[in-house]
Amino acid sequence: MAVADSMSSSTAEPTVIADRLDIIYKVIAGQGGKGTAATALRRILKRQDRPTIREVHAVKSVSFTANKGDAIGVIGRNGSGKSTLLRAIAGLLPPASGAVYTGGRPSLLGVNAAMMNDLTGDRNVVLGCLAMGMSPAEVQRRYDEIVEFSGIGDFIDLPMSTYSSGMAARLKFAIASAKTHDILLVDEALATGDAEFRVRSERKIKELRDQAGTVFLVSHSLEVVQETCNRAIWLDAGVLRLDGPVKEVVEAYIASTRAG
Amino acid sequence: MPTAAEPTGMTSPAELAERYGLSKSSIRPPLSSYLRELWSRRQFVLSYATARTYAMYAGARLGSIWQVLTPLLNAGVYYLAFGVLLGTKNGIDNYVAFLLSGIFVFTFTQRCMTEGSRSLALNLSLIRTLHFPRATLPLAYVLNELNQMLVSLAILFVVVGFTDGPAWRWFLIVPAMVLQMMFNIGITLVFARIGTFVSDITQLLPFVTRTWLYASGIFFSLPSKLEQLNAPSWVVQVLAFNPISAYIDIVRRSLLQEHKQNELPHAWTIAIVWSFVMLAGGFWYFWRAEDRYGRG
Ligand SMILES: Nc1ncnc2c1ncn2[C@@H]1O[C@H](COP(=O)(O)OP(=O)(O)OP(=O)(O)O)[C@@H](O)[C@H]1O
Ligand SMILES: [Mg+2]
Repeated sequence: MAVADSMSSSTAEPTVIADRLDIIYKVIAGQGGKGTAATALRRILKRQDRPTIREVHAVKSVSFTANKGDAIGVIGRNGSGKSTLLRAIAGLLPPASGAVYTGGRPSLLGVNAAMMNDLTGDRNVVLGCLAMGMSPAEVQRRYDEIVEFSGIGDFIDLPMSTYSSGMAARLKFAIASAKTHDILLVDEALATGDAEFRVRSERKIKELRDQAGTVFLVSHSLEVVQETCNRAIWLDAGVLRLDGPVKEVVEAYIASTRAG
Repeated sequence: MPTAAEPTGMTSPAELAERYGLSKSSIRPPLSSYLRELWSRRQFVLSYATARTYAMYAGARLGSIWQVLTPLLNAGVYYLAFGVLLGTKNGIDNYVAFLLSGIFVFTFTQRCMTEGSRSLALNLSLIRTLHFPRATLPLAYVLNELNQMLVSLAILFVVVGFTDGPAWRWFLIVPAMVLQMMFNIGITLVFARIGTFVSDITQLLPFVTRTWLYASGIFFSLPSKLEQLNAPSWVVQVLAFNPISAYIDIVRRSLLQEHKQNELPHAWTIAIVWSFVMLAGGFWYFWRAEDRYGRG
């Protein structure tokens, strides 16, 4: 289906290009965090990192090109670097080496995309929209629609820390999808939702795709990936194992999980 | 293996990206467009600051009364220590107003620095989720502190109104606050950047600010103190370059009747120079690392 046209040279118009992308997290491990002012000063003066700093090489030399109208499923085991890759595409995690080129500003939608948890749902709606660059008037116009789509109802004026994970996911998805995006990155945002929400959000994703956008979808539900995507990328411990039509990649992935 | 590279043959990814007008996703925009983008998010800064102020006091039973109580208690402790126990008043008639103005001005800058140094680290998840100019976060923190400062100033006006009485001079407080605000924005941006990459700074800052506190002439008048100590006159000239001393002095000049005798030399000029240098330098320094925030 869409795989064919996305790869024929006449219509292929790249929107995301990853070029030997490396992402490294620096983590402060252990309890080395506290210390006296004197040791802190000495460390700063010597410009030496904490002895307990660890590096996690989460994405290793990944290259691919995504085109207009592509919906790309990203699959792989836990900790294989899927969320990290999406954050890098969004420009939220600076690469250690290599580069990601994008046309327009990608938007990331994720489960652990924590908003401001101690603030109420409606504050989060307003702040989220303002941060995405909407004007106050626009926020006011969209507000009801967003709350309606989220289906949160009366809970909207409670702090987000009191929400169930599904409720938080619904609200975040509603906020992020209030804007039209050229490139939308969805990271398991649909996983904790109920059946009704899943239907709603899948429809929304298809809508976004039809508006000539590019969608990346991370999901552990291979069914959802096969239904919504035309192409898939398989990450394994940070390395790109396979990139191609969704059916082939998913089958290869299933075969490898069976074997392991 | 990577299928999509085929149709373009031998072109490198960078060339391909250029041909289709794609840009690096984590690129630092030019300073001018960065400032423009920042300006377009002013509503976000304002709303975030309001929400934060609200959330800060939501848990306390007395709620936002703490905004008034905190500076009062703070000043009370210092009055007890320096005014009553140590008797530092020496010759300052309106010592309460003298002390309060010093403490409030100092606390404003100090809180901006310490809070600002954590403004990015505490919001890492937001930074890794949404795209917005990162400087909005430290700016929102400064706005929070300004809000607190205005409450403190109201207290100060009440005190001075009852002791010295109102005067036209008071309006000079407006340019004084604007100047200190500019300085605070700059210094907050600087420490926000340092705080994200050198997390040890948060442990060190309290010691830095405490030293600064005692060097700034908050509890006593610097010129008369130095006179007592028989210090050469250039010492005052040098100490007057301390930005905090300058901001305290211009606030005292506008509020206190008898401050003429305790004035620091060239306080307005020094305050103005510091403001512009710090504001411009702060934005420039913060913007230089814009593409690296969020890596943690
Ligand atoms: N904030 C972080 N700090 C340090 N290391 C991290 C951070 N986030 C992820 N990692 C590491 O990066 C690697 C990839 O994590 P990532 O979250 O991208 O995996 P994932 O494929 O999304 O997994 P999952 O399917 O469980 O969501 C893991 O080894 C993880 O430990
Ligand atoms: Mg993940």
